[in-house]
Amino acid sequence: MSVPDDVRFVARDGYLDTIKALVDEGFTTCIDLTAVDYLELAGRSLPEAAGEIVPERFEVVVNLLDMMHRRRVRVRVQVPEADPDLPTLFDMYPGTEAMEREVFDMFGIEFVDHPDLTRILMPEDWVGHPLRKDYEVGRIPVQFKGAHA
Amino acid sequence: MSTDYYLRSVAGTDEGEQQLRPRSELTARELMREVGSVLRMSEAEAARLGDLPDDPDEDQTMIINMGPQHPSTHGVLRLMLELQGETVLRCKPIIGYLHTGMEKTGETLTYTQGGTNVTRMDYLSPIANELAFAMATEKLLGIDGEIPERAVWIRMLMAEMSRMASHLLFMATNGMDLGAVSMMIYGWREREEVLRFFQEVTGLRMNHNYIRPGGVAADLPAGWRDGVLEILEMLPPRLDEYDTLMTGQPIWRERLQGVGVITPQEALALGATGPILRSTGVEWDLRRDQPYLHYDQLEFDVIVGSYGDAFDRYAIRLAEIRESMEIVRQILEHMPEGDYRIQDKKVTPPPRARIDESMEALIHHFKIFTEGFKVPEGEAYVGLEGPRGEIGCYIVSDGSANPYRMHMREPSFVNIQCLPHMMRGGLVADAVAVISSVDPVLGGVDR
Repeated sequence: MSVPDDVRFVARDGYLDTIKALVDEGFTTCIDLTAVDYLELAGRSLPEAAGEIVPERFEVVVNLLDMMHRRRVRVRVQVPEADPDLPTLFDMYPGTEAMEREVFDMFGIEFVDHPDLTRILMPEDWVGHPLRKDYEVGRIPVQFKGAHA
Repeated sequence: MSTDYYLRSVAGTDEGEQQLRPRSELTARELMREVGSVLRMSEAEAARLGDLPDDPDEDQTMIINMGPQHPSTHGVLRLMLELQGETVLRCKPIIGYLHTGMEKTGETLTYTQGGTNVTRMDYLSPIANELAFAMATEKLLGIDGEIPERAVWIRMLMAEMSRMASHLLFMATNGMDLGAVSMMIYGWREREEVLRFFQEVTGLRMNHNYIRPGGVAADLPAGWRDGVLEILEMLPPRLDEYDTLMTGQPIWRERLQGVGVITPQEALALGATGPILRSTGVEWDLRRDQPYLHYDQLEFDVIVGSYGDAFDRYAIRLAEIRESMEIVRQILEHMPEGDYRIQDKKVTPPPRARIDESMEALIHHFKIFTEGFKVPEGEAYVGLEGPRGEIGCYIVSDGSANPYRMHMREPSFVNIQCLPHMMRGGLVADAVAVISSVDPVLGGVDR
């Protein structure tokens, strides 16, 4: 029913080049850019398509769209915990401006050369990055112990 | 971006002010980046943009805040505008006032509970949100091809009705923002009729949690066909009234035509989708171009504009209501009998009547609603055409009953980036028209 996903894995070094190549292939629009924190799944293995690429704590997921050929590609790039940064895609896709800011805000991944890397959803003096897995979910105590909150 | 500003801005975790920086601190290149025009402007053009030919003196410009509580910002959107007289030089949308961490909450809810969460994001098109979430879950479960026919057609019926409700509300707010206050009442009135139908079907006017992984929550109630037909009968004359009141009216045209123009290149580069992209003449509608559900079995037109201005965006939405009615008529003809949810014991609770007579059914029901069902490891992205553009849902599963990561690609969040482009060089009075024509839902923007 749905269009089969074309997923490509890329190491951080090859990230910008891969995206540039995809732009040249005709992927004119960046539909989505988000990230996942795999802290609780440390030691996970990537699918075979990933080849030699080593899984890291963070993964940035970029969804590109080629309207001419009606196809999509999903690029998954590994970002290490020690120095979580990536080059920005702003020069190719200005529309990633807000999305990269959101990833920075929520995961603390820095996008080098981004024109305005500030918090976008959280208050500007907020401490911490809420969508990281080591960031606690605030909750009101429930009456039934052990229940899903 | 100069290096020291960059370093200063990312040094700690509480970095960065969300401010428009004074013009004196900006070089031409930075200004160019700030207006997001790297792709479309030469350095020389950008340098010209940086100058203020009339008033090189910086004191002549003023930075004002519009919102977050301005009545026409559709919720709590704040715009920082740099004005020179009445002209908008720069604009920066500041968001986050409605941020409640729904993506984080989504990680603590099971797949059965997730629908209640996502439906509250873009609260004007709840069905589209639920649909994206349910379809992504089904993709992970590998049951996306096995959803019963009736469930698929019910989903399409609800999605199109939801699109009509959302666009009708746009008619109301767009009219209100531009001073056609009676339009506000009309738009809400018509939308209410659609919501009344939703209430009959789902039990709720909004936030339905009706579309669930595996199908829909309940079959259509007796007499649903009459409810739909009543709406299809009621709407056309009312839409003609809108045409009289707004479309052909000189004041309305004056206010909207040529205001907030965006080019197809800009719209594509900014990732804009939905009526904004189509207003520039780009024919892109996921219902036709990457069909999901059974949209490939229907006949409908993709409405496009030609100027990319606020009037095109208004006219496209009005025409899309009519097109959705056409689609709903075809759905009425196609609607098959049968199950409204998949008969897969893993995801589907037993029928209510079985619970009274069978202990196993009771346990089964209890298990599904307390523990949820486990979803195989993997990740899936599903995008579909919501009223405002592509609503996407990206789910990463670690094999448990909760999503490991649940991300919604909200069209409003991306589309709002078009505001600075549409407003640049326009009048501050037109800013309201421009915001309105983008039709952002701040619940979706901030999540």
